[in-house]
Amino acid sequence: MKFFRTHILVSKDSKSMFAGAETVEKLLVEEIKKQGLGEEIKVISTGSIGFEGTGVTIAVYPDGIVYSPVTVSDIPEIVSEHLLKGRVVKRIAFPIKTSKMPSGVTFPEKVIGIQKRIVLKNVGFINPENIEEYIAQDGYSALAKSLCDMKPSDVISLITASELRGRGGAGYPTGLKWAAAAEVKGDCKYIICNADEGEPGTFKDREIMEGDPHTLLEGMAIAGYAVGASVGYIYIRGEYAISINRLNKAIEDARSYGLLGKNILGSGFDFEIEIKKGAGAYVCGEESALIESIEGSRGEPRKKPPYPVVSGLWAKPTVVNNVETLANVPRILENGAEWYKSLGTEGSRGTKLFSLMGDIKWKGVIEIPFGTPLSKIVMNIAGGLKNNAKLKAVILGGVSGYLIKPEELDIPVDFNSLARIEAGPGSGSIIVLDDSRDIVDIVKNIAEFFKHESCGKCTPCRIGTDQICEIIDRFFYDEGSEDDLNKLMRLSETMFQTSFCALGQTAPNILQQSLKKFRGDWERHFFKSE
Amino acid sequence: MEKIKSLEDLKNLRDKAKETLRTRSGDVKVTIFASMGTVGIAAGAREVLKMIISELEKRNFSDVEIIEGGSLGLDVEEPVLTIERAGTKITYGKVTPEMAKQIVIQHVINGQPIGEYVIARSKK
Ligand SMILES: Cc1cc2nc3c(=O)[nH]c(=O)nc-3n(C[C@H](O)[C@H](O)[C@H](O)COP(=O)(O)O)c2cc1C
Ligand code: SF4
Repeated sequence: MKFFRTHILVSKDSKSMFAGAETVEKLLVEEIKKQGLGEEIKVISTGSIGFEGTGVTIAVYPDGIVYSPVTVSDIPEIVSEHLLKGRVVKRIAFPIKTSKMPSGVTFPEKVIGIQKRIVLKNVGFINPENIEEYIAQDGYSALAKSLCDMKPSDVISLITASELRGRGGAGYPTGLKWAAAAEVKGDCKYIICNADEGEPGTFKDREIMEGDPHTLLEGMAIAGYAVGASVGYIYIRGEYAISINRLNKAIEDARSYGLLGKNILGSGFDFEIEIKKGAGAYVCGEESALIESIEGSRGEPRKKPPYPVVSGLWAKPTVVNNVETLANVPRILENGAEWYKSLGTEGSRGTKLFSLMGDIKWKGVIEIPFGTPLSKIVMNIAGGLKNNAKLKAVILGGVSGYLIKPEELDIPVDFNSLARIEAGPGSGSIIVLDDSRDIVDIVKNIAEFFKHESCGKCTPCRIGTDQICEIIDRFFYDEGSEDDLNKLMRLSETMFQTSFCALGQTAPNILQQSLKKFRGDWERHFFKSE
Repeated sequence: MEKIKSLEDLKNLRDKAKETLRTRSGDVKVTIFASMGTVGIAAGAREVLKMIISELEKRNFSDVEIIEGGSLGLDVEEPVLTIERAGTKITYGKVTPEMAKQIVIQHVINGQPIGEYVIARSKK
């Protein structure tokens, strides 16, 4: 067997690709050949290498050195200094431990440091387009275990016992959802993976699909076995071209290896997965609108009940789960419910992915155990605010999420703790704002987004989002008044209570919280007669 | 591709695939530290390294990782090679490709250090 003393992983997630990862990879391979190391060193594409700044990132194994950002002009030096002579190019080396770590610490942890990578354990570590690397990491063994050693009801009991909750926003217990679908009689059922990820500032699902698509396929197949479905759809945001390509390749490979298709592993269980490109509207991420969209109709929410688990796609029982939810499933099967429950806190088991954005030093996707204080995420993991500015607020859980004040920053990030300040992890995004930001500007932007995305089916949301924009505009031109603030409050109440779907019911969240928590920002834009 | 038809098949494929991931997983029995300073390279460290790799390949031994380092400050002893196996680090000096080949066969693969070449030992 060919032995390569060094593996170099090149991040080829969408951000890195944009920064020129293809070119860096190509030149790296050429330079390695030129310096006579082609037989010793292998260059491999991977997903996002954990936590990084902007630019292309590469990781050198077994040394455990990450370089970021790598530009074309750094390549000769990395090859001649590090790869040839073993001297780390400190200028762009990521500040991680360079000596061998004590045993027990796995390599990815060594490279990534502070986080707890369970869902993302393969991302930035394996080649997402190589099914055998996934299998080497115990891939598909959770599916094999389910099919060969467990009854469908055992799988559901295990997921229920793990207390896994949905990561798509609402946090619904996954075991209960599966049990409900399993209960319904009939042999035509569906699994839908919600990969629409339409929430602005949220890109954590993309990290999974670009870096480890097989984990998602495996999770879906296990869900199919558990509830008795033999067809799965991935409803994916149309802009996610790299994810779509890698998922397609993964599906093809899994089929040719016999891990999808008919009679998987000789168990008699059949499962097929098909990709559906999203229609491009935010509301299509809402599960019933999503189902309409797959059926070829306009993406408008349905009346609930009946819930999709009873009557979903083509009126058949349908489980809709988020990408991250499904990616947790193989890990739970592999390691057990007790292991899973040892991570996180009461009511919020396991880890949570967040995309970090805004006025912080380090941006990207992180995975942390539930219960990690928000302050630690912002100040330690994200490296604090850029230019050491002062914190103004954090938008947690996307634009339909929550506005957190600096005084609330110590709150542990889990369902129960956040509920105490009327918040939640939402879509899994964290946007940090420094004190040069005007909350009114931010809220205006968000309001315009919702006006644009309201599907128009119901009046409170269609008219409400429009009127909210109109009133906010007055503040934008410094013509606001106390009366306007009261109107905004009333409008948002009406929308909360009467909108048909969760889009309208959550659209005014940030607005209303800003009125309560940042009233000063609004009052600064009152009309002043000279 | 031959389809995977049983749990057994999957396990076999996994074990085979794990081998190629060893360089990354750190899940190895032996670590070879190769000193690659300028002096080491001038004294023939590259040839030593190439011999190690080809010998490992020839003998199909993958339970190993190779980490390059700068000079250990033992210039007169270059090329210098340190083998870490079962918690003990053993350093060899003035290694030639022919010596490297023996070190791979006897020490790296079979766990028998070659006393006459050793210049230092330490417990981890
Ligand atoms: C307007 C709107 C947009 C949504 N967008 C998404 C989305 O992009 N991805 C997602 O997983 N869930 C989204 N949801 C939540 C889904 O309706 C659904 O609750 C979720 O996919 C269930 O998966 P889970 O149980 O795994 O969390 C959205 C909900 C609403 C109301
Ligand atoms: S709340 Fe908004 S998005 Fe939802 S159905 Fe009504 S108009 Fe459409």
